Amino acid sequence: MGRHVLLIEDEPNITEAMRFILARDGWTVSSHADGATAVNAVSRAKPDVVVLDVMLPGRSGYDILRDLRANPDTEALPVMMLTARGQVRDRERAESFGVSHFMTKPFSNREVLDTLNSLLGP
Amino acid sequence: MSFDLLVSVSLVYVGLLFVIAYWAERRALKGGVRWLRSPLVYTLSLSIYCTAWTFYGAVGYASRSGLEFLTIYIGPTLVLIGWWWCLRKLVRIGRSQRITSIADLISSRYGKSALLGGMVTVIAVVGTTPYLALQLQSVTLSFGVFAEGTPGSFPVPDQRATAVWVAVGMAVFAILFGTRNVDANERHHGVVTAIALEALVKLFALLAVGIFIVWGVAGGIGAVAERINASPLATIPLDRSRWLALIFVSGAAILVLPRMFQVLVVENEDERHLATASWAFPLYLAAMSVFVIPIAAVGMSELPSWANPDLFVLTLPLAHGHDLLALLAFLGGFSSATSMVIVAAIALATMISNHIVLPLWLSLRAEAPGNLRLVLLTSRRLSIAGVLALGYVYYVWSGGGRELAAIGFVSFTGVVQVMPAVVGGIFWRGATRIGAAIGVSLGALVWAYTLFLPSFGPDVILPARVFAEGPFGLGWLRPHALFGIEGLDPVVHAVIWSMAVNCTGFLLGSIASFPTPLERLQGAQFVNVFDYSRGPRGWSQSKAEAEDLLIMAQRILGPLEAQDLFAEEARIQGKAGFLPDTTPDFLDRLERELAGSVGAATAHAMIGQIAIGTTVSVEDLMAVADEAAQIMEHSIQLQAKSEELSRTARQLREANQKLTELSVQKDSFLGQISHELRTPMTSIRAFSEILMDGAGMEAEERQRFATIIHDEAERLTRLLDALLDLSVLEHGQASLNCDTVRLRDVIARALAATGSVQPGAGMAIRRDTLDEDILIHTDTDRLAQVFINIIANARKYCDAAEPQLRIVATRRGGSVAIDFIDNGSGIPVQSQSVIFEKFCRLSDQSAAGSAGLGLAICREIMQKLGGSIAYLPGQGGAAFRVTLPVGISERAA
Repeated sequence: MGRHVLLIEDEPNITEAMRFILARDGWTVSSHADGATAVNAVSRAKPDVVVLDVMLPGRSGYDILRDLRANPDTEALPVMMLTARGQVRDRERAESFGVSHFMTKPFSNREVLDTLNSLLGP
Repeated sequence: MSFDLLVSVSLVYVGLLFVIAYWAERRALKGGVRWLRSPLVYTLSLSIYCTAWTFYGAVGYASRSGLEFLTIYIGPTLVLIGWWWCLRKLVRIGRSQRITSIADLISSRYGKSALLGGMVTVIAVVGTTPYLALQLQSVTLSFGVFAEGTPGSFPVPDQRATAVWVAVGMAVFAILFGTRNVDANERHHGVVTAIALEALVKLFALLAVGIFIVWGVAGGIGAVAERINASPLATIPLDRSRWLALIFVSGAAILVLPRMFQVLVVENEDERHLATASWAFPLYLAAMSVFVIPIAAVGMSELPSWANPDLFVLTLPLAHGHDLLALLAFLGGFSSATSMVIVAAIALATMISNHIVLPLWLSLRAEAPGNLRLVLLTSRRLSIAGVLALGYVYYVWSGGGRELAAIGFVSFTGVVQVMPAVVGGIFWRGATRIGAAIGVSLGALVWAYTLFLPSFGPDVILPARVFAEGPFGLGWLRPHALFGIEGLDPVVHAVIWSMAVNCTGFLLGSIASFPTPLERLQGAQFVNVFDYSRGPRGWSQSKAEAEDLLIMAQRILGPLEAQDLFAEEARIQGKAGFLPDTTPDFLDRLERELAGSVGAATAHAMIGQIAIGTTVSVEDLMAVADEAAQIMEHSIQLQAKSEELSRTARQLREANQKLTELSVQKDSFLGQISHELRTPMTSIRAFSEILMDGAGMEAEERQRFATIIHDEAERLTRLLDALLDLSVLEHGQASLNCDTVRLRDVIARALAATGSVQPGAGMAIRRDTLDEDILIHTDTDRLAQVFINIIANARKYCDAAEPQLRIVATRRGGSVAIDFIDNGSGIPVQSQSVIFEKFCRLSDQSAAGSAGLGLAICREIMQKLGGSIAYLPGQGGAAFRVTLPVGISERAA
């Protein structure tokens, strides 16, 4: 089965680090850095799982998540949110929009891999 | 008959009056005999209107002017018949306000004006003086008649000496009975009884003489009628204008003459007596006048033409040898004179002491007067003596030889000047103190000039020339022809002019002025006296009272509370229902309850009004007004307090909102910092872990990851530096290291610094180093930091194909402006206002690689340096202007 992950992240260094980690674990990795066009990017790329930053240029991660959940094609798509704003309110907000997993930066590489693998299921 | 006998009879008669007066006074003190307070005594006491002028003078008047003498009876008759209209109101006001004199009435009506009281007193004294002189004259003349009649029996007495003795005797009588005490109501039972007796004596005497003349001399009614027709009396024409003027003046006089006011209003025991007097007094006047024409006609036909008609009443009996009848007539005239003088003296003395002496005394003596009663009594006694002395002086000055009636009208017309103020005061609420003062004083002036002063005759006070040509040759100011209106009788002339000026002044003055609160209250009490007072009423306790009280209490306390209060009281009294007896205890309690709601004075007045039937006094009303004012004051204070509170609340709300905003800002700032710190740390941690795993990596890759970690660590350091920098600047802890430097050098240093950081950026710099040759005194490092920031931004963000930065320095007075203008696309209009805010980043942070704190720091620095930094719109590219003070004097530069 395919293990395709889409990284929606505007910080190039972080994107590069995750790409390296996930590729090494056998994932197919694509990335997108702009918030405004992120939903389209998801539709085009049809990933198995999405890693979504919150603070993106053009559009916030929350809005993108809400759109994804509103679309029948992507409403069940596993989405892991990553944010540098680790406050409780942010987590609650993400969960209310139907996030699959919420993770605070900085993260441990192992944790990212484990979470993504568990989101795909056995 | 000897002169001594005459004097003896007079003295005995006066002695009798003393006894009567003394007895009546004692009886009145003990509780009195009923008939002493009968309406008959009241009516008879009014007969002091008929003075010696009436007793002797009416006959003389009739001999000269025919029926015209009737006018002095018609006026009062009309007033008394119409008592319901005006007299009753005067009496009611007099009783409810405890009025002591006509001056008191006017003063009280117009807001207790001391000025008006004094003015009216002066007018009354001046107006009454001729009248007193008249009485002295008539008594003196009557003594002289007896002397002439029997020339051998006693020496002709000096007329002036007689007048002095008469004056002294009357003064003693008036002092003895008029100033025995200072009653609150100023009633004199003794005097009233004595003058009632005198009224009977003079009526009896005149009727006796009349009957003797008609039936004893002329021989019956028919014969008298023939004599009248034969006499010149029958041909005397009626002077309509004089009739109207004289009826008006005498009718007004009975209302406002001080002595008439004294007996009509002050001495009135019972309002109902007026009803009796309204028919009995005109009857008395008719009886007094019925024989006047017959006596005049018979006298003119019987006596020689030089005989003074003013004395026919005496000389006719004497001529027929009826000495006893003549003596009776003498006593009648004596009674007329004495009763008038005594009452007038008492009335004037009351006015003088209350309205002139007392105010002066109180204003002159600062400390509380020890014995006010003694002051009052002494001043009254002296006033009586003084008033009679004035009368004597007028008698001497005016020559004492003129007809009685003329003097009478001079007096009447003067006193009548207060009438507009009185009538206006009791019927018109709009009447004011100013109006009354203007009317009274103008009227009095006109009267004095047109009638009083001329009455002394030419060259006594007014020179004869003034009569003929007017003062200073002004013909239109002649006393008897004001404004060129000639041909009028002097009395008619004076009445018309004085009343016209008086009424006009009164009306206009009242309309133009505004009454004081006290005046308005008094005006209401006077005009609406029948609403305020309930007339004579007992202290009966009725169920209706309790009901009225309950209704009132419900309005004030609320229905439930009031009913509880009444029911509880009823239960205590052992009664069922809501209506207890209005016992004093209950009234006290109710008053206390009400006072809690409406104030003590109001409560007292309300209860007094309903339960006790008292009238609400001015003092009560003033107290009520005071309470209302206090309540209003309280409410104003409360309102001010509540405004203050709402102001405070608003301030608190604003402060709270500001705090909330600050809190939101702080949260957002913390969120920003967290993000800015965590982002580089994320890269660092992720790559560190990759490197720690170690396996399967190219050396090149390893090198690259280490570089990223290094760069991110540096980014983190820069961020922390910027944050610390900003914090220090914002909290004012940054210290400035100022020195004097050339602007050109600072810019050069900034350019070098940015050039070294970002080599090969290929941005052209255009500057004019000559313009930059300006010495400034500032913190060079900080200023350079600002320049570096701006130049670095330009290098980073300028998107032109051939980027270029212009630096222009301009000296402007004491400050210098440095503009940095690039040729890129600039900053969008909507973003220009936010670029100096913290963490404001307009583009990708990948392109910038900074935290967005640079311009915020620049702003703080420039503020510290006493200058500013601003975005310059409309310059083509991004443009910033830094302004700062030169910091050193021109000369040093």
